[in-house]
Amino acid sequence: MELDFILSKEEEKPTGKTELIYDLLIIGGGPAGMTAAIYAARKRLATLLVSKDLGGQVLVTAEVENYMGYQYIEGRELVNKFKEQVSRFPIDQEIGEEVEELSQEKDVFSIFTKSGKKFRGRTVIIASGKRSRSLNVSGEERLIGRGVTYCSVCDAPFFEGREVAVIGGGNSAFEAVLDLVKISPKIYLVDIASTWRADTVLVKQIEKEKKVTFFPRHRVKEIKGKERVEGIIIEPLDGGEEKSLSLEGVFIEIGLVPNSEFSRSLVNLNEAGEIVVDCSNHTNIPGLFAAGDVSSVPEKQIIVACGEGAKATLTAYQYLLRLR
Amino acid sequence: MTLLKDEVQNEVRERFKKLTGQVRLVNFTQKIECHYCEETRRLTEEIASLSPKISSRIYNFALDKEVSQQYKIDKIPALVVEGERNYGIRFFGIPGGYEFNSLISAIYDVSRKATDLSLESKDKIGKIDRPIHIQVFVTLTCPYCPSAVTMAHKLALESEHITSDMVESAEFPHLVNKYGVMGVPKVLINEEFGFEGALPESSFVDEVMRAYKSTKEAKDKS
Repeated sequence: MELDFILSKEEEKPTGKTELIYDLLIIGGGPAGMTAAIYAARKRLATLLVSKDLGGQVLVTAEVENYMGYQYIEGRELVNKFKEQVSRFPIDQEIGEEVEELSQEKDVFSIFTKSGKKFRGRTVIIASGKRSRSLNVSGEERLIGRGVTYCSVCDAPFFEGREVAVIGGGNSAFEAVLDLVKISPKIYLVDIASTWRADTVLVKQIEKEKKVTFFPRHRVKEIKGKERVEGIIIEPLDGGEEKSLSLEGVFIEIGLVPNSEFSRSLVNLNEAGEIVVDCSNHTNIPGLFAAGDVSSVPEKQIIVACGEGAKATLTAYQYLLRLR
Repeated sequence: MTLLKDEVQNEVRERFKKLTGQVRLVNFTQKIECHYCEETRRLTEEIASLSPKISSRIYNFALDKEVSQQYKIDKIPALVVEGERNYGIRFFGIPGGYEFNSLISAIYDVSRKATDLSLESKDKIGKIDRPIHIQVFVTLTCPYCPSAVTMAHKLALESEHITSDMVESAEFPHLVNKYGVMGVPKVLINEEFGFEGALPESSFVDEVMRAYKSTKEAKDKS
């Protein structure tokens, strides 16, 4: 690996003011939240951005080849470009804060963070994105950090020379396999569907790899191991015999779940847990908007999330004009 | 050729304009049997050249035995970031990749002799009166790791009893094996307590306090 030195863009930003009622509170700092913030700043709205991090899922995206303006850019580099653009505007920020609760009293929304901070605003854009989905099988939670991982770019190096399984059939699963073929002697790719959802280019590339054994239409029943992962048990969906695979790492790449729990008591969610929005990012609550992966908008893409973030702020702006 | 690209150098130089107090980078190195020793030494010197507020000292781990012992350095490459005193802020292995951010943050905080930890956190760790050793295992490709490293280093700055290390996993496979590290960030407190993942400040501090209390009780009993 080439040695590089990554400097994340950072500037001292004004933090949130508890005494103020903001025009707009943005929850989430991924592509949707950051774009929403830029649009808000350009409309001169008093805005607070509250987020666990800046960058969201793009931080752990290795390569991006479908964001306009860049034929190829690393995820973290794209995040830096976004941050640079946001940092040009005077937007209050509370980074490192997770929102635990959202409530509404008359025309004012309040958000409460895990560390006990409270902020208020007349409008809210929820852009809290998604997080890795877990398999919900026996052994999984207990063995996190002991062979079970959800971040292949972080943890792949620990599995040099070890046999591993990658669970999933989408782009992130295939990208994990692509990383692992360089270091692992044997990789099992296990997915519940019968067809791969990853981009064809990626699938063709991986199908050529002799180290990879494919188990489509298989479900993971159990992750085994005392102190560390020792193996997994998988079974075919159509009722054949279960198989026990002995291995040391399980990379779980089975998609994402929306970070919408904190808003559940207030807003309508769909079956997937996404916040239901119309094409102008309205939720069922006036003054409350949602954008990006956490919303019901089809297609979870960086470029889509950015567009949704922009739209949400413009809709919120129209709403605020009517309030005045 | 420099390790740091021109644009990174410029950005760092700009950020270092906010430094207030003197910072000293103390590097322990040797020429053989050490993967990134040479690069860590070069990085130390390059960083020091980017601000008049930063100086550097390079020691040979084996030859300058007394200094190594004085700083309690047990492996290399090692880099200590100190200010008017040694706060126990250390990097083992090269702070490259994402960890470069942790290095810049440590320099910034040490220079200003202050962290942005909450009053509540400072209050809690103010009660610590025995040595606490925090090790944060990382990989250089882990975007979640710098927040754990920086949190540990801030605690070290705020408490004279806390020492905090970044440990780069690829450089120290024997420690990876010893502690069974299979995912990062992995935080180890006093060798026996630990957790995986980057926790928010309040939970991180609670974990440290829990480890402190357990160690204290064990000591009190014996």
